[in-house]
Amino acid sequence: MTGEDEHAATDGGTDHPADSPIAEHARPAGGDAPETGLAGPTPEERPHPSGRRDEHGVRKEPDDGGEPTRRATVSALVEDEPGVLARAAGLFRRRQFNIESLTVGPTTVEGHSRITLVVEETEAGIDQAKKQLAKLTPVIAVGELSDDAVAAELVLLKVRGEEPDKVHAITSMYDGETLDAGPRTITVQITGDENLIDDAIDAFDQFGIIEIARTGQTALERGDSPTTPGEEPGHSAGSTDDDEFTNYDD
Amino acid sequence: MSEPATPDAASPEEGDDEGRTDRAEQPEQTDEEAAAAREDAATRAPGSGANAVVAALEAAGVETAFGVQGGAIMPVYDALSESSVHHITMAHEQGAVHAADAYGIVRGDPGVCLATSGPGATNLVTGIADASMDSDAMLALTGQVPSDMVGSDAFQETDTVGVTAPITKHNYFASDSDEVGRTVGEAFALANTGRPGPTLVDLPKDVSFGETDRPVGEPTAPERAVPDDEADEEQVEAAARAIETAERPLCLFGGGVIKGDATEQARAFAREFGIPVVTTMPGIGSFPEDDDLCLSWAGMHGTGYANMAITHTDCLIAVGTRFDDRLTGGVDTFAPEAEVVHVDIDPAEISKNVHADYPVVGDAGTVLDQLDAAIGYGDAPDTEAWREQCAEWREEYPMDYAIDPDEPVKPQFVVEAFDAATGDDAYVTTGVGQHQMWAAQYWTYREPRTFVSSHGLGTMGYGLPAAVGARVAADDDREVISFEGDGSFLMTIQELSVAVRENLDITVVVLNNEYIGMVRQWQDAFFEGNHMASQYDWMPEFDTLAEAFGAKGFRIDEYDDVEAVVEEALAYDGPSVVDAHIDPEENVYPMVASGAANGQFALAEDQL
Repeated sequence: MTGEDEHAATDGGTDHPADSPIAEHARPAGGDAPETGLAGPTPEERPHPSGRRDEHGVRKEPDDGGEPTRRATVSALVEDEPGVLARAAGLFRRRQFNIESLTVGPTTVEGHSRITLVVEETEAGIDQAKKQLAKLTPVIAVGELSDDAVAAELVLLKVRGEEPDKVHAITSMYDGETLDAGPRTITVQITGDENLIDDAIDAFDQFGIIEIARTGQTALERGDSPTTPGEEPGHSAGSTDDDEFTNYDD
Repeated sequence: MSEPATPDAASPEEGDDEGRTDRAEQPEQTDEEAAAAREDAATRAPGSGANAVVAALEAAGVETAFGVQGGAIMPVYDALSESSVHHITMAHEQGAVHAADAYGIVRGDPGVCLATSGPGATNLVTGIADASMDSDAMLALTGQVPSDMVGSDAFQETDTVGVTAPITKHNYFASDSDEVGRTVGEAFALANTGRPGPTLVDLPKDVSFGETDRPVGEPTAPERAVPDDEADEEQVEAAARAIETAERPLCLFGGGVIKGDATEQARAFAREFGIPVVTTMPGIGSFPEDDDLCLSWAGMHGTGYANMAITHTDCLIAVGTRFDDRLTGGVDTFAPEAEVVHVDIDPAEISKNVHADYPVVGDAGTVLDQLDAAIGYGDAPDTEAWREQCAEWREEYPMDYAIDPDEPVKPQFVVEAFDAATGDDAYVTTGVGQHQMWAAQYWTYREPRTFVSSHGLGTMGYGLPAAVGARVAADDDREVISFEGDGSFLMTIQELSVAVRENLDITVVVLNNEYIGMVRQWQDAFFEGNHMASQYDWMPEFDTLAEAFGAKGFRIDEYDDVEAVVEEALAYDGPSVVDAHIDPEENVYPMVASGAANGQFALAEDQL
């Protein structure tokens, strides 16, 4: 491309005309050009900016530390069709998002389900998780719940039945319910937010917990705020007009 | 050579007509007639599920499909025999999916491929993943065992929807003969809506056989999947202010510029404001590489000047790119001085790999027009000094190579020889490896959709089936050249039988170094030259093999062969294979080592 004069002049001993494509690239053996490779200043000889980006490609000062993670509850309104949960779960697995819990259930609108996810990610990771989820074709809308959203999960605990009175007392303390009481085991149900459930499990531990089954967190926005953007609070079955829903895209 | 074993062979002229003039004539038969045919397909009572599938293809205007027959897809093929859709039988399903992919790239409409259940469907997987990575619009139709046998591990049963869910934009399991036509139409439309991608419809045999009189209607994507082309005005204004105040702005045009048919807007934008341009590999052709503003493509094997420009720009205007690691090198050192304006139709790409200081979500062409309007004439950045700097880099890091006429032929020379002998609008397809990089570096691309390659997935063997698809899609007067490596070519060489049968005028150039060359290059650089499983002790003679297939074979051993072989191979009307024995030790440079800074590109092995 450059230095064509040189090439023409150094077409050593061959019968190619000076303007032929071969002569254009011909160099004498043992010349400056490497056997294979290109000419030009070496990496050390080049100017390099000192700027850096972090792992998310955000420009940063060199001594910035890593970004903290936080826990986010994400709600996705989805078409209730086979495989939608598998698609969501597969997406999170493939992109290595850290899911703490995942629950799914029907909504007031026939044909729609709600998937509630709790993820522990950096700010950028949470943003990606929401956007990737919104891209799935059966996903209608995605929202992240605010800090004052109402959230609950449920646990079933099967404990030893030697001290039924004490088990009953603890169950009442957590506003729980006894579902089964036998001579050897008692099974109770506790609902509440995550901390309350953790506390309850600690409290029942004294009796000896035999089995435990715990759901993930499910959540709704408080008051008039929609849980996913465009979702109309208070709407009941019959509203299936997709126009009312928009994808989360900011 | 032996004549191709087709009736057309005796008269290549006629053969050519037979093979491709049908499509050339169609514009005359059209547009009204074509529209009427689509309307008829959309509104008639199909009769069966399989007929509905075919009617949906016709209603979508599909002219050509690529596939391989098999048990569960037989009803669809039976229906296809009565259709206006031209079907090309490929040798292997992977050939079908790559051909459909390339056809779609060249045409700008989804390519269509068909396969049966089980191995037919799994053989499509590589090509579907390839299309997914490169955002290529494509529709795959797969047969499935009858519904009542699904889940029983029946003969040739595979969970195709499960297997392909992560590599499709969306996929469908057809469960109702009345719905299947609409589903196929929706899948076709969805593939080409917003950010393109592959879709798949799995067709159980009973659904194909089932009766239905419900018309398929026009192909329509789900409304939710249709994004706004226009970007938010605030985002545009903010980006415009950033561009106005930049001293060293740089356009980075990705594959999205081509897929979004935004090359005109991209060219106008860069030229109006005098902003230098680099492209990504999929963005090759979005901007003419012989334009003074264009620094060619950046990334691992991009030009030194493109990588220098990325390293020193203070405002990177990235359009339709996903900041793949082969482009960015180490993200921590990517465009370290730059504020990033990122234009993309897919909001999930914004700040996925590189943080966007100015996100602009919208259609590439629409947004470029919006940006153009938002930048005041007096406010355009003064880029003269920056352009001079870029020109200096171009001088400092020339893409050149040294020839010793007595040594084996340099691959770059072969690429340049074919480029010089073909029109500016010729199509180039490639496999994956060193030959792909040389074909990208030493061919000067000027038009969109002319570089047809496997980018994100890096699928060896892509080149030949892609050439078949590109040839069928392209106008007759444009040439199709496929560069392959010896290792890459062997992976899908069976598709040569299709090129011969269909008498497709393609020229396959095998840059033969008897190595998996890119692996050998890495072994030399990073594994102390241990050539484990990268060196072939024996390779077939590709020119002779081509003749056995019924194609025309040529061989290049030395520089003096090149001119005549290029001329004869291009002149041959039908498939030809040039077995070019190149310098086996030649390497691809520049090279940015994995995770290194773009500005640290090596010009030779001792710099890695």
